[in-house]
Amino acid sequence: MKKTLGRIYILIIMLFLYLPILTLIVLSFNEAKSMSVWTGFSLHWYAELFQSRLMMGAIVNTFSIAILAALIATIVGTMAVLGMAAMRPRTENVLLGINNIPMLNADIVTGIALMLFFLMVGAPRGYTTVLFSHTVFCIPYVILSVRPRMNKNTNRLFEAALDLGASERYAFRKIVLPELWPGITSGFLLSFTMSVDDFIITYFTRGAGINTISTLIYSEVKIGIRPSLFALSTIIFITALLVLIIVNIRQDRHNKHNMAEVY
Amino acid sequence: MANKKIFATPFIIWILAGTLIPLASIAYYGFTGREGGFTFENITAIFRHDHMQALGLSLLLAFISTAICLLLAFPMAMILRESRFGKQGFLIFVIILPMWMNFLLRTMAWQVLLERKGVINAVITSIGLPAQEMMNTPGAIVLGMVYDFLPFMILPIYNTVLKIDNSLIEAAHDLGAGRATVYSKIILPLSVPGIVSGITMVFIPALTTFVISNMLGGGKINLIGNIIEQEFTVNSNWYLGSGLSLVMMVFIIISMLALQKFDKTGDSNLI
Repeated sequence: MKKTLGRIYILIIMLFLYLPILTLIVLSFNEAKSMSVWTGFSLHWYAELFQSRLMMGAIVNTFSIAILAALIATIVGTMAVLGMAAMRPRTENVLLGINNIPMLNADIVTGIALMLFFLMVGAPRGYTTVLFSHTVFCIPYVILSVRPRMNKNTNRLFEAALDLGASERYAFRKIVLPELWPGITSGFLLSFTMSVDDFIITYFTRGAGINTISTLIYSEVKIGIRPSLFALSTIIFITALLVLIIVNIRQDRHNKHNMAEVY
Repeated sequence: MANKKIFATPFIIWILAGTLIPLASIAYYGFTGREGGFTFENITAIFRHDHMQALGLSLLLAFISTAICLLLAFPMAMILRESRFGKQGFLIFVIILPMWMNFLLRTMAWQVLLERKGVINAVITSIGLPAQEMMNTPGAIVLGMVYDFLPFMILPIYNTVLKIDNSLIEAAHDLGAGRATVYSKIILPLSVPGIVSGITMVFIPALTTFVISNMLGGGKINLIGNIIEQEFTVNSNWYLGSGLSLVMMVFIIISMLALQKFDKTGDSNLI
């Protein structure tokens, strides 16, 4: 009895989560522009999507900004973790407190704050201001994932390597970097996804000429929904599905590998 | 190794230029009049009728959707906890997947469903019932909020209920506690940290959103986020927009402090 109730509950939540997405996927193959009448199978909304210069530009912007922002955030964040480790705990705590602000604050406030800052310093809003703003909200995530990897042992091993005659650079490459690496990669990936997903901060810090996928969707929805957006939804959904499946399979393998080491 | 500190220099520049100075500029504009000079006008503007109405509605809708998310998420987290390992992994996967889809597209999906010539009305009219006006209502906005933010409530609660030791629950049962007592005395108190971070992750975005209300409210229903956004993008009155943002920040800080009081353990359960 309890089990059936549980199953029904799961089913309801699943339907709630997936019926809207499924509707978009079905409608993306509909021939007509209608949102309620099925007139036949067609791929021409996909063709329209890929022929749209605006959309292609937005896709390029989204991914180039995400890669650059994640890269810059990872470098600045990792260096910050290294630098903060040498500071007094009090100073470190103050810096970490400030580091948390963009994560805790509402996106609309972060976006407006950055917009005002760019206006005050007279920076013309465009690609660079969006990129900078993305690094601002990505760095906290990098620091949050790299810092736990930095422990007393890292420093001790580093010093030991120096005592044994390793150059600083060599000791860093052989001791510190491998220790931090899992944190660095997850920080990078987290930053990348946050950047791709962002709308609100981009919306306030972009200039008139530049669009990411999110800002383009927003302006198109305001004019009137076109089925090419359904095609975009389908592509994004399938991509997310594939990426998550690949990540899960790799994790499973990794876990099994680790289990084998334990036993 | 005193010189290692210099590695933090870029970071310090970043938080100055990216966080502290921008926040200070909100404060500066918020307390400056349009013609220059210090003023409280932009802050007290919150008491204007339309602003009060927007703030009140934002608080109400954010509160309702957070409550609905909590009511939906808690049983889900418990069911997840009790399901077998392989199935558990699959269900988590299913809950995370929609989070990877752009939230504008997810919100748009509800527009497609709820619109007067939309999918739901097509189904309703095909069985002979009259078409309903569902778009541009506060209900549509709440639905959009619940849909967009539900996974953010399920995951942190799931993470904490997963850590509850089964032997605690068994011990309580052995000592004669009924199901209701076990829930109210064991499970609920132990899942408070997850509930608190879930509420934070739903309430604050819901309180400050302008996108969901714009897409599902048809521009007719204004939340405080819409008012602020319009001051910046349409009216170009940054002074008023900043002043109202400061007021909104006060509400964010109050809700965070209130929530932290509940969560005495202090460890964060954000995913």
